[in-house]
Amino acid sequence: MESVGNIVMYFIIAIAIIVFSVLTVTSRKILRSATYLLFVLFATAGIYFQIGYEFLGAVQIAVYAGGIMVLFVFSILLTSRPGNSAERLTAHKKWLGLTAAIAGVGVCGYSLLSYGELMARNMSVNLNVDIQRIGEALLSTDKWGYLLPFEAISILLLACIIGGVVIARKR
Amino acid sequence: MEITMMMYLIPSLIMFGCGVYGFITRKNMIAILISLELMLNSVDINFTVFNRFLFPGQMEGMFFTLFAIGIAAAETALAIAIVINVFRAVNKVDIRELTKMKF
Repeated sequence: MESVGNIVMYFIIAIAIIVFSVLTVTSRKILRSATYLLFVLFATAGIYFQIGYEFLGAVQIAVYAGGIMVLFVFSILLTSRPGNSAERLTAHKKWLGLTAAIAGVGVCGYSLLSYGELMARNMSVNLNVDIQRIGEALLSTDKWGYLLPFEAISILLLACIIGGVVIARKR
Repeated sequence: MEITMMMYLIPSLIMFGCGVYGFITRKNMIAILISLELMLNSVDINFTVFNRFLFPGQMEGMFFTLFAIGIAAAETALAIAIVINVFRAVNKVDIRELTKMKF
């Protein structure tokens, strides 16, 4: 049995995710849609905190809400005038998007519902992801170690830094 | 009342649907990138929720999400560099008017 506070928190997070992600894709002012995306990212971090992955929630806030949103806001301010809003959608385009989205959601939702027994599972209480275990797994070469992807992503980030500088520099 | 796995998967599914809708209907390149972030984020939620509810003793889903967040950051930085470069070359970010690959 969950505590009442947990359930109230869950509903706040779920409603925030649903409402703000709809607003993100329907708002016609681009800066507003970036702000709504920020709220969606915070609510996602809330989910991570709620199911017990504190480290992941901290990473989500630091990288997404701290890093990516700053990039988005800067590039929006560099490429469009504040106050400009996108023109209204044509009916054809809107129906195309709605059809694709609803078809995808319908198929996935049906397959979720068909797993009724599995999906009704509750959270088990024994979760131990303390920071020491994460750090040891991240830097070990054993069976459950992640040293190779760790190094691969460091190379990827280096390539990304160099690529960003090369692409965006002034000629 | 219990919080089941389904109750976390449904907001994530709706978030993914919104991402698909925005990806198809948006005209601004940065708005398309924002929709892409929504989709990536919903997949991250799915990884952690499956990890937490089905295999609570292991950490595979958590590490996958961790690396996905890192890769998403790299991808966004590079994509925004490209968008700004395109804007500098042709002075617009509307995908209907960006029909030439060379400048």
